Amino acid sequence: MPTSAPVVQVHLTRHLYAFFPQLEGRALDVEAADVAGVVRALEELAPGIGFYLCDERGRLRPHVNVFIGNAMVRDRRQLSDAVAAGDKVSILQALSGG
Amino acid sequence: MTVKGLWVATRKGTFKVEKRAGRWQAALVGHAGTGVNYVARDPNTGRLWALLGHGHWGAKLSVSDDDGATWADNPAQIKFPEGARYIGQDMYEDSASDFGVGWRIVKRNATVQKLWVVGFGGDGAIWVGTIPGGLFVSRDGGGSFELNRPLWNHDSRGGDLFAGDGTGETKWFGTPASEGGEFAPGIHSICVDPRNPQRVLVAVSTAGVIETSDGGKTWRSRNKGMTMEHTPEPEAEWGHDTHVIELCASAPDHVWQQNHVGVFYSDNGAESWRKVSAPSEGVHFGFPVSADARDGRTAWVVPGRSDAQRMALDGGLFVARTNDGGATWRQLRKGLPQESAYDIVYRHALDNRDGLVAFGSTTGNLYLSEDRGDSWSAVSNNLPPIYAVRFA
Repeated sequence: MPTSAPVVQVHLTRHLYAFFPQLEGRALDVEAADVAGVVRALEELAPGIGFYLCDERGRLRPHVNVFIGNAMVRDRRQLSDAVAAGDKVSILQALSGG
Repeated sequence: MTVKGLWVATRKGTFKVEKRAGRWQAALVGHAGTGVNYVARDPNTGRLWALLGHGHWGAKLSVSDDDGATWADNPAQIKFPEGARYIGQDMYEDSASDFGVGWRIVKRNATVQKLWVVGFGGDGAIWVGTIPGGLFVSRDGGGSFELNRPLWNHDSRGGDLFAGDGTGETKWFGTPASEGGEFAPGIHSICVDPRNPQRVLVAVSTAGVIETSDGGKTWRSRNKGMTMEHTPEPEAEWGHDTHVIELCASAPDHVWQQNHVGVFYSDNGAESWRKVSAPSEGVHFGFPVSADARDGRTAWVVPGRSDAQRMALDGGLFVARTNDGGATWRQLRKGLPQESAYDIVYRHALDNRDGLVAFGSTTGNLYLSEDRGDSWSAVSNNLPPIYAVRFA
């Protein structure tokens, strides 16, 4: 079956496994054309994770960072940064807290 | 409901406090490392509700159906609907100003910054108050939550900003009691009348007390008798910094309020208030007040030294109790530290039930009394900063 979108590898900060243990230890290869698509794909695998990464307007939360390869995404509002087949998409949290 | 235990919400998780082998002991039961603003049990279902503030991952509702042994995110989370806006103030650099800064009015899109309080109605309704000041209600046991639009769109905050630009003027002002310095008004008190679940009192920092008697279709201010001596218009309808309100469960017309400018009491269902501070007894500034469930004239407060300091008076921690509607107050110090104690107790961190009284401070001290506050013992001195203490 032909794929409709590129397949990218998603790497999550380990913190998220505490809330979504079903994702731990598995390869997260998802089909997506942009970062918004990556978040949608993760939401299908782990319902609720989208609201951990983004607020109710779909914007990345202030202390969440997404990288495509080594580059931080530019569009934190619409998540429109494009991803290409084989890209590594890393979802991290800022080293903030107290 | 008789006491099953004491639930303590802290900056680093949810603790359950139970009496075992004659001693009250605290145990971390959930949300390790996560900020918990409030935890309470729904008396209709027995379900525990914890209001979480993940530093990175946002505000979440967490529930437990096994008395805290296991917790899970509620499938329905609190979210502002598309188009929800509110009027706020932004500071900007203004070299022409004596202060170097000016303020401008802005309309912000609302997203949940903080889940602050949950209340339960006898009809099964679950009410949640947030920063910015949203009141959400579930009438399907938590299966879905809906923003109460009549209060969100109330004239006191500039009218319906879903439909247009409203009046452009709000009487609700910011509170710094929020995560990340978000300066927006918040709803911290929800009191459902045990006689009639259509009647609900909520309180806002900073706006005051607001009442509905039709289940949330219409709202009106309940700030008569409250005074703000520090402002040009002390008896203004709006702008009051109510820190918390509680009503007496068996005599709900008796309502208690700790306010930024003193302690207030109403014996007519918040129709009017009278100031019952007793500065000579140190009773004036503070955050929490706890109303006795049986006697409407009895309440407890944990005073602090003015808004300029916000810590225990003169290094000695005490609770004050009145048995006569605030006419007189008695300091209760037995068993509490009286040297080098500078604790402050947040608005939800004092509670009473069946003769037990407990409070916790941001210093991580948790104290409990089994004799209505006459004497105290420490449950723990090493908890994380305590945000809420609830018997359930």
